[in-house]
Amino acid sequence: MTATQTRSSVDERLKVPRDVRVSTIKGSRFRRNRIATIGMVAAFVLAAIPLLFVIGNVVVKGLPVVTTKFLVSDIPNNAAATELSSDCDTLRKYDPTAEGDDAAPVEKPQPGMGRAVVGTLITTALAALFAIPLGILAAIYLNEYGKQSRLARFIRFMTDVMTGVPSIVMGIFIYELWIVRFGFPRSALAASLALACLMLPIVVRSSEEMLKLVPNTLREASAGLGSRTWKTTLKVVLPAALPGLVSGSMLAVARAAGETAPVLFTIGAINKVAAAKTITGQSTTLSLQIYNMITNGGKLSPQMAWGAAFTLIAIVLILTTIARTVSARFVAR
Amino acid sequence: MTAVNLNDLDSSTSLVEGLDSTKGSGPDKVFRWAAFGAGLMVLVILALITITTAQAAWPAFSVEYFTSATWIPSAQEFGMLGFLWATLLISFIGILLAVPVAVGIALFATEVAPRRLRRSITTVMDLLAAIPSVVFGLVGFYVLRAPAQDLFRWLGDVCAGIPILNRIFGEGSSGTSILMAGIVLSIMILPIITSISREVFDTVPRNDKEGALALGATRSEMINGVVIPHSLGGLTGAVMLGLGRAMGETIAVTLLIGGVSNPPITIDVLSASDAMPSAIARYLSESAGTYRAALIGLGVTLFIITMIINVLSRKVVGVFDRRIKGAA
Repeated sequence: MTATQTRSSVDERLKVPRDVRVSTIKGSRFRRNRIATIGMVAAFVLAAIPLLFVIGNVVVKGLPVVTTKFLVSDIPNNAAATELSSDCDTLRKYDPTAEGDDAAPVEKPQPGMGRAVVGTLITTALAALFAIPLGILAAIYLNEYGKQSRLARFIRFMTDVMTGVPSIVMGIFIYELWIVRFGFPRSALAASLALACLMLPIVVRSSEEMLKLVPNTLREASAGLGSRTWKTTLKVVLPAALPGLVSGSMLAVARAAGETAPVLFTIGAINKVAAAKTITGQSTTLSLQIYNMITNGGKLSPQMAWGAAFTLIAIVLILTTIARTVSARFVAR
Repeated sequence: MTAVNLNDLDSSTSLVEGLDSTKGSGPDKVFRWAAFGAGLMVLVILALITITTAQAAWPAFSVEYFTSATWIPSAQEFGMLGFLWATLLISFIGILLAVPVAVGIALFATEVAPRRLRRSITTVMDLLAAIPSVVFGLVGFYVLRAPAQDLFRWLGDVCAGIPILNRIFGEGSSGTSILMAGIVLSIMILPIITSISREVFDTVPRNDKEGALALGATRSEMINGVVIPHSLGGLTGAVMLGLGRAMGETIAVTLLIGGVSNPPITIDVLSASDAMPSAIARYLSESAGTYRAALIGLGVTLFIITMIINVLSRKVVGVFDRRIKGAA
């Protein structure tokens, strides 16, 4: 008891007045305190309800749709899906390769989200490739070189501000710069640039926090052995902060994987991605497919959208869980 | 000089920096410049965003653009006030619903909940923050729209005879409406407001809290008398950050606000409307010429407003931080 006493938070210490309260405090004050406590618990329950509702709905409606075939098959064309609406068993019989005229009414493969899964993974991975090294390097500047200089403080401040820039503005930005101004085609690459802009400030700030946690004695010991700052940073500081850097980056990646708005104008949103052009060609993502399924309607759309949502949440939660586990281990060490 | 500040100690004993007197040896120089360049990238990107989008939107900007609420693309009339109004209204509803709950959860987490429960509160908030916007839109569109329609119709009927309420809750014709978007928005901004409020409450000095309790205050009296007054500045910052998030939220709002081509300036929250980011998401790919510039102009306006809100909120939180550190 005494060992934990020193580390115990305020709450545990408040146990003494709680006993006093019962005996001496006037009824109305006691009641008001009760009501306040109940209100706080109610607030928590109120927040948990939508979470359970959303996840419950996605699991119940998405899980039955998601099979291994769903994860690799082609995406159905929305218009065609509407035409086939009389068929009760469209999900099983619909042929995604038939484009209207010469649709062969034979054994048809099940439609799926294959291209969107691939597209999500590729755009997110590319965005991570751009944003994470740059972000960590910027964090190194802020924490190891710039410190409290005026410029470093300004960059830190602007990074904070940049985390609040709406994601759709990033989409417009890359669309205007990359596609309209530079004339590049819409592609997974363009979408990943927009996502990288979104991730960058998150990576910078979380990485800087992690670098801050590395004790200064380590840096001084390394300097004492004759290392310069670059060697100290690469060989001592970064390895020491690695788990924290990984978890911060993973959270940024998870955020980017679920984003729709930056991808909307930059990726092209086509259902069939040319296999040879997965990076430089037009593509699609799960989040974008969900959006398109809802807005375009069609008989198949709800199932496809729920399936895609389940897949997307699974991807995001796996990334988040990895990040949490890594950071929990980091803190424990 | 009796109490040495930890920061002072830190800078005076920074041996690492002292060794940097012979700057400019090969790899160190390269590394330093690479890191410096990466740091500058944030500023470069922000500048590029501003310049590129502002240039693209320039042809649409005029006095009418910022003062008119008439948005008729076919007649080349572009006044963005309707969209701005809708954005502000749904954000206001979102904030109004989210802040009490967020503050309640944050107080619960910092003042009441036992250690173990505290971790599960963090988990719930993290999960809520991790759910993509489009999934909120999906659940709202396919699951909540029908019951919301019934509820809103009923609400409209009930309020029909009551003077002011019948203006706010008009005839609920469809589930997708300003109120629907605002409610979903409140759930989406809940995590950020909660987490910042928690950080703010954590900075309340333990001495003050224990002092209040020692004087015989109940926990709610301690919260009202010590925690809340001490945290007002930080809470303002938290609310403003939430507001910035709410205004920029795109996809869920696009799916749930209904979508009208010329959003009216109305206080009827049961009517359909359209927000600034939603209009961009809906129409940008099929627009051209001035129409496209006008849509991008919505993005620029949104960007500037959220930047201002963010700068102000960071300043508020910053001032507040300094005050605490100064007092401690």
